[in-house]
Amino acid sequence: MDWLATFLHAPWLPQLLEGTGVTLQLFCWTLVLSIPLSIPIALGRMSKFWPLRQLVNVYLLVIRGTPLMLQLIFVFFAPYYLSVYLVKLGLLSTPLQTPDRFTAAVFAFVINYAAYFSEIFRGGIESIPKGQYEAGQVLGFTRPQVFFRIVLPQVVKRVIPASANEVITLVKDTALAQVLGVLEVFTLAKKSASSNVSVMPLIAAGIIYFILNWVVSWAFIRIEKKLDYYR
Amino acid sequence: MTDELATLPASAPLIDVRHLSKSFGESMVLRDISFSVYKGDVLTIIGPSGGGKSTLLRCVTHLETVSGGTILIGGDAMVRDGVYAEKKALRRICLRMGLVFQNFNLFPHFSVLRNITEAQIHVLRRTSAEARATAMGLLEKMGLAQKANAYPCELSGGQQQRVSIARALALDPDILFFDEPTSALDPELTGEILRVIRALAAVHMTMVIVTHEMAFARDVSDRTLFIDGGLIIEDAPSRQLFDAPLQNRTKAFLSRMTNE
Ligand SMILES: Nc1ncnc2c1ncn2[C@@H]1O[C@H](COP(=O)(O)OP(=O)(O)OP(=O)(O)O)[C@@H](O)[C@H]1O
Ligand SMILES: [Mg+2]
Repeated sequence: MDWLATFLHAPWLPQLLEGTGVTLQLFCWTLVLSIPLSIPIALGRMSKFWPLRQLVNVYLLVIRGTPLMLQLIFVFFAPYYLSVYLVKLGLLSTPLQTPDRFTAAVFAFVINYAAYFSEIFRGGIESIPKGQYEAGQVLGFTRPQVFFRIVLPQVVKRVIPASANEVITLVKDTALAQVLGVLEVFTLAKKSASSNVSVMPLIAAGIIYFILNWVVSWAFIRIEKKLDYYR
Repeated sequence: MTDELATLPASAPLIDVRHLSKSFGESMVLRDISFSVYKGDVLTIIGPSGGGKSTLLRCVTHLETVSGGTILIGGDAMVRDGVYAEKKALRRICLRMGLVFQNFNLFPHFSVLRNITEAQIHVLRRTSAEARATAMGLLEKMGLAQKANAYPCELSGGQQQRVSIARALALDPDILFFDEPTSALDPELTGEILRVIRALAAVHMTMVIVTHEMAFARDVSDRTLFIDGGLIIEDAPSRQLFDAPLQNRTKAFLSRMTNE
């Protein structure tokens, strides 16, 4: 087990674990913010008010039609460059600061993932039979009550499998935050690999992503089992 | 709600529909529908498929918006000459009516008990102990007390339909509507539902029932409407309508139904 000892005492390992913490933060913030945000977006996409529906449509087209990496860079640099332009027009006195790298990354991930989650939720909401709404209405529930008590819990069960895929992709996508220089595990692994002239840090990063996704899959299987008590 | 009923003159109908019309886009599905139902009476609605029976029930229970006409529930106008009551009054009026669907529409993610308590607690603001007691009492009567903690998917169609009747009854409606309550059931299960409805008729529950069970309709209901092509073709006491129909279309329909 010599190699294991070498591995555990590798000088770059503590750094990599720190980066894992950043990756996890990026991951958690994205999930916690994008999932709740995706529900109003899904409702907007289904709205009878066409300007809102079109607005959401354009947002979905842009987000899903352009690379996430481009969106990350855009969110980071846009505030400065756009505000410089506004200053020139005399609408603003001083240009805005570039945002904090981590915040910019979270922002871009949330905007991006909310789009994908919202489409999953829309599919789920549309799959609930009309009779569920009608039964709720006839029993006197208000429209928000029908949505939150009757429809949404059933939607959650239906979107679990599709969401699992999305969440697993998110774990891997956090690596894209390297373009903003966020010190997440992939950025650090790449640095260590070149400074130590070794592929070991990259292999270690791979193992870390693998373990994270193993945990995610396990969690989703648990949730699915928990919701298995009906139909 | 019983107070409101007490103040109503004994002669006034509990449901009064006048000149109701309903179109979906270009197609006129109901025209000039007028009928009334008195407290404690049972009305059945029969007629060929596509005649507009469900649409009529859905208009009266406010699942569809009428195109014109008047609906009075216990003397209160739900809609008068095509103009609906304001939201709060409308809600109060709708709470006096319960509807049992053909395909039950139970909430699959709730237990049987919770299907029956949820609206009591969150609509009528009853305490959960009260709601539970009401639900258990109804389940007892339906012979389903031992299924209180089961989920709808674990029940037979007949049991699900009994739960959905209990769910509607739990809110103490003044009128209970049924849209083909046995049509989604295997033939051997229709009996248990018809028995429940008979029992409700025996205690003078006001009911409006769309059904294809002719013998049952003749037996249990005070009046019967025969609807075809969006029109009331015949409206008569049930015995009379079934035994000596006046209209040729009623005769033709009834002979078709009994020959099947
Ligand atoms: N939402 C709708 N949009 C358009 N047309 C509708 C709609 N609902 C019902 N219709 C039409 O209205 C007519 C009456 O339908 P309805 O369901 O009330 O008939 P029914 O008497 O209940 O028939 P069945 O015995 O088959 O249940 C039919 O021609 C139907 O196609
Ligand atoms: Mg029908």
